[in-house]
Amino acid sequence: MASSDQILQYCLSGLSTGAIYALIGIGFAIIYNSTGIINFAQGEFVMLGGMLTVFFLSVAVLPLPAAVTAAVLVATLVGVIFERLAIRPLKDAQPITLIIITIGGSILIRGIVMLVWGKDTHALPAFSGNEPLFVGGATILPQHLWIFVITVLIIAANRLYFHHSISGKAMRACSYNARASRLVGIDVKRMVLFSFAISAAMGSMAGIIIAPLTMTSYDVGVMLGLKGFCAAIIGGMSSGIGTVFGGLIVGVLESLGAGLVSSGYKDAIAFFILLIILFLRPQGLFRKGETERV
Amino acid sequence: MKRELLKFLLFAIVVSVVPAFVSGGYLLNVLVFVGIFTMLAVALNLLLGFAGQISLGQAAFYGLGAYMSGVLTASHGMNPWVAMLIGAGAVGLLTFVLGFPILRLKGHSLAMATLGLGIIVYIFFNETVDVTGGPSGLSGIPNLTVGSFVFDSDLKNYYLIWGFALLAILLAVNLTNSRIGRALKAIHQSEVAARVLGVDVHLLKVEIFTISGVLSAIAGSLYAHTVMFISPTSFGFNVSIELLTMVIIGGLGSIYGSVLGAALLTLLPELLRTFQDYDIIVYGLLLILMTMFMPGGLVRGIPDAAVALYGKLKGGGADVER
Amino acid sequence: MLRGEAITRTFGGITALDDVSFSFAAGKITGIIGPNGAGKTTLFNIITGIYAPTEGKVFLEGKDITGLAPEKLARMGMVRTFQGIELFPQMTVLENVMVGRHTKSKSGIIASAFKLPGHIREEKNIREKALSWLQFAGLGDLADQEAGSLPFGRGRILEIARALALEPRIIFMDEPAAGLNSRETRELAGLIRKISELGITIALVEHDMELVMDICEEIMVLNLGRKLAWGTPREIQENREVVMAYLGEG
Ligand SMILES: Nc1ncnc2c1ncn2[C@@H]1O[C@H](COP(=O)(O)OP(=O)(O)O)[C@@H](O)[C@H]1O
Ligand SMILES: [Mg+2]
Repeated sequence: MASSDQILQYCLSGLSTGAIYALIGIGFAIIYNSTGIINFAQGEFVMLGGMLTVFFLSVAVLPLPAAVTAAVLVATLVGVIFERLAIRPLKDAQPITLIIITIGGSILIRGIVMLVWGKDTHALPAFSGNEPLFVGGATILPQHLWIFVITVLIIAANRLYFHHSISGKAMRACSYNARASRLVGIDVKRMVLFSFAISAAMGSMAGIIIAPLTMTSYDVGVMLGLKGFCAAIIGGMSSGIGTVFGGLIVGVLESLGAGLVSSGYKDAIAFFILLIILFLRPQGLFRKGETERV
Repeated sequence: MKRELLKFLLFAIVVSVVPAFVSGGYLLNVLVFVGIFTMLAVALNLLLGFAGQISLGQAAFYGLGAYMSGVLTASHGMNPWVAMLIGAGAVGLLTFVLGFPILRLKGHSLAMATLGLGIIVYIFFNETVDVTGGPSGLSGIPNLTVGSFVFDSDLKNYYLIWGFALLAILLAVNLTNSRIGRALKAIHQSEVAARVLGVDVHLLKVEIFTISGVLSAIAGSLYAHTVMFISPTSFGFNVSIELLTMVIIGGLGSIYGSVLGAALLTLLPELLRTFQDYDIIVYGLLLILMTMFMPGGLVRGIPDAAVALYGKLKGGGADVER
Repeated sequence: MLRGEAITRTFGGITALDDVSFSFAAGKITGIIGPNGAGKTTLFNIITGIYAPTEGKVFLEGKDITGLAPEKLARMGMVRTFQGIELFPQMTVLENVMVGRHTKSKSGIIASAFKLPGHIREEKNIREKALSWLQFAGLGDLADQEAGSLPFGRGRILEIARALALEPRIIFMDEPAAGLNSRETRELAGLIRKISELGITIALVEHDMELVMDICEEIMVLNLGRKLAWGTPREIQENREVVMAYLGEG
């Protein structure tokens, strides 16, 4: 039997990975809401964040803050290029075409990273040491705190942007009705580009703050991306609190499952949750169903 | 209909004489794999190219077929043919039962659900070490036999596997030119119209998903009994993506296109040894470029391009005359 | 023949249909008219099983069919066309109509894949019947064209031919004349009469008043989701409320 301290421990580390899933999930939701596309390359932005930071730290020997900034900028640039080259030319394509294109983009990015930096696993130093802190009977690392703080900051910034800035409001308008938005003079194309830029930036940030805990390599994007998607599905594709809950739920269940059942099946847990949600409540836990128009 | 039959016979003849022109045992071995991937690509094409339903978990059904065969024969001494039958039946049952909830989903959700299913199965291959041997694999799988005849050489396996592949092609061609085939295409092109005309869309999707799963499982069994060793990496997410690329390159909805796609993607990396690990870059590029510039795949794209080129040349000729 | 009882349908806050009852008589042509957004398409969607009503019931020859799936209703002899044409664009014209024979044939996956003898006979029959319905609709010479390449007006007719191949007892047409020129509209009127002569019950939503008044025997007027009037074309033309609704004073 696990002690209550252990359970607390699992929950705490689950919450911190869950926060990461939430960030990735919000990235999915932002693109989905502005374009109707599920970007299968979302996980690669996360991978890029971690890998680029490792690169800027070790090869370019930048100090950490500069390396992080540079990594986010480059990942964002990749997101923008991807939108321009692969998504924009295909406006109004069938969902299946877009799925295939984004899958293609995803494995292309992964392949290039493998080509450039190889297949090795890299470690990123923790932002402020590895001295554990005690919470009740459990311990957490300073990196966990970094994760919580940065996640909260990003989500708050997101909310400010979408609800209080002109371009954020315009993006929300596009997600409700792209045609009407175009009619009132919103540059929908630019908003789509923005959505890719924002979610690439958020994804890469998520990849950076988790890397000190989990290590990073060219192929971490698949799993992280899928778990982020799982969070977004639970949240009903909301780019707000729903998906945050989704991420935390996945993170905690996964961590409990790994600790109490078997760590080998840890990754399977997220997908069981995903399947169950898709089967029982495909519109998410917090949203009502809609009727498709004919 | 006559033309379809002729095309098939021609293809079957080509397939049966190829070994006469292939001297090296190595190339023959590669052609055996082309046969296996042909079956897998045809299976995915029935689902994706005709019914328009994506599956990113095909490698799971392929792997389940292989492991059912492998475990039942190597660990339990069962007859390989019986094991193959049980594997196909089990995967059929699984895909039929799971098909009902899964094929309620559309587009992205369907893609993610099948992807998730594929990864769960892959994790089980790795983790159930007692049964599957885990990451280090399962060896000691016997060859298929008929009486005292053992399929133990590349040449014998070539005919065995291409026999199955040709049968799969024939059945798929028949199916797509029938009432069911038209209903599948109808679902793809307007689901609501298909329903209104009385097509039980959901059931038909589940049925074709099942057929696709069973065909993949049989390919898996054949793989296990040919290679005699299996490990999880042959059935991971990358394999599902490879299959997807084959179908897209060949052409969605074209059975012979799938053969072409399977042949290209199996032969190319072998011929250009430099690809090695970097084949995923090529897949990525191919997926993007084909979807953008040749959405009909090679079997439709090349004739179209030839016609366009011919038109241009002729047009150019007229310029000169003037 | 077909009866609706107190049908209500809401979408979120919008009430698209509000307590609408009606009865379409067997063998007749009934028109449904009303301004855009009146709920006409929604009504068809509910009758043909695409949406479920929020409240109310639908009966086909006395049998409760509320909420039955479209594919079930097709087997009971009910079929429809769509306001925004729903062809199978990458199939030929003939193949489109052959899909219409789906409920009249039964070969399954196994029979089709192995080309069992019964299946071959059935395929031949499907082809012949489909061709004859195509000719009935006057599209016989376009059989091998790709449906997506048809001019708009032909597409509308093809959708009707495809529906007829099901040999329905009742057919619903959603704005069959929308986008047709006047010659095509006249041909359409002729086709609808011919269908009616086969004894098939017809209900159609239409904005072309001339056409509606010409071919319909009964008319139902919807406005803002409510039934405004019901009667013969003459009665409707003389109904003050209807005229007001159309002039936008309602
Ligand atoms: N699937 C749907 N979701 C939300 N609102 C709908 C849907 N279908 C129809 N409506 C609404 O119901 C009302 C009636 O629409 P409709 O039946 O299409 O009208 P008509 O065919 O008479 O022009 C409109 O306000 C329309 O916006
Ligand atoms: Mg309408």
